[in-house]
Amino acid sequence: MAASLPIRGPSVWLTVLATALITGCATPPSTLYDWGTYPQALAVHLRQAGGDAARQASLLEEHLQRSAGAARAAPPGLHAHLALLYTQLGNEALAVRHLQMEKTLYPESAAYMDLLLKNARKSAGEAPK
Amino acid sequence: MSICIRRVSLALITVVAGLLGGCASVEAPSADPWPALREARPASVLVMPPVNNTPDVEAPASLMAQAVYPLSEAGYYVMPVALVNETLRLNGVQTPQDAQQISVQRLRQVFGADAALYMDIRSYGSVYRVISSDSVVTVDARLVDLRDGRTLWTGSASASSAEQRGQQQGGLIGALLQAVIEQVASNFSDRNHQVAGIAARRLLGGFGARGLLPGPRALPAEPKR
Repeated sequence: MAASLPIRGPSVWLTVLATALITGCATPPSTLYDWGTYPQALAVHLRQAGGDAARQASLLEEHLQRSAGAARAAPPGLHAHLALLYTQLGNEALAVRHLQMEKTLYPESAAYMDLLLKNARKSAGEAPK
Repeated sequence: MSICIRRVSLALITVVAGLLGGCASVEAPSADPWPALREARPASVLVMPPVNNTPDVEAPASLMAQAVYPLSEAGYYVMPVALVNETLRLNGVQTPQDAQQISVQRLRQVFGADAALYMDIRSYGSVYRVISSDSVVTVDARLVDLRDGRTLWTGSASASSAEQRGQQQGGLIGALLQAVIEQVASNFSDRNHQVAGIAARRLLGGFGARGLLPGPRALPAEPKR
């Protein structure tokens, strides 16, 4: 009895909140973007000196597959972050593809993405010796 | 049991009141505290590595990661922070202090962002003055236009783990915070990081009287009819 209360509390609140949000305002989506595991991937990467790039990349890919065709877009930076992970994993082709996706989805990133794409091409041209 | 019912009904009232107020009062405040920000209308923000004034070495990484969500949801394009960090590192920029020395012209040239967010972490982690060991995160921030170096906005926010215990955390904000905590807690046991997330949302996510203005990608304030 006593143990069940703290569990019930928040879920009741959330139900109330969700109901109120849907009925109260005409616009149901509460966030602009479908975030998936991107915040966690960022936290792992920044706090744990890179973390496990392969695992983070596969989690992000899973999320992208799940949310394909959904109304809300991937958040700013998600594709760019995937590109970083793929660079660390040595997969330049996928890295380039995700840099281009970031640029297409968010033209605000164009200057930076172009710089990275230029560097990627340069290192790809110089690499094997 | 009766306490529980009272809490829920109290929450209901505050939620309903909040929604009624929330939907109606989205007009701009009478006095504009940030005319430069309104005029500059930055679309993209570069989150700089935060300067750490605390003994906890985790603080800058934690806040840099936590700033992305509220800034993006506020309608700004946030330059991918881990990638930015990597670019800085590869160019010999080792510390946040080094990063802050880079001129706005150079930042604009490399990253192409309209504005940069500079954060100073005043406190992060346990506060030893208090008998109970509460986690407190306090951040000061300023948004600088990378096109002309003007300061567009300044803000400050704080969050404490002690708030979770306070039962006056009712209404919309209480429920949202609860949701945030639960969402993050499943992936991180680190309380400081969670509290940093709440501080970041307060700093960047709320369009209060002195809060950031919504960015160009924000949903229109009034639903279209």
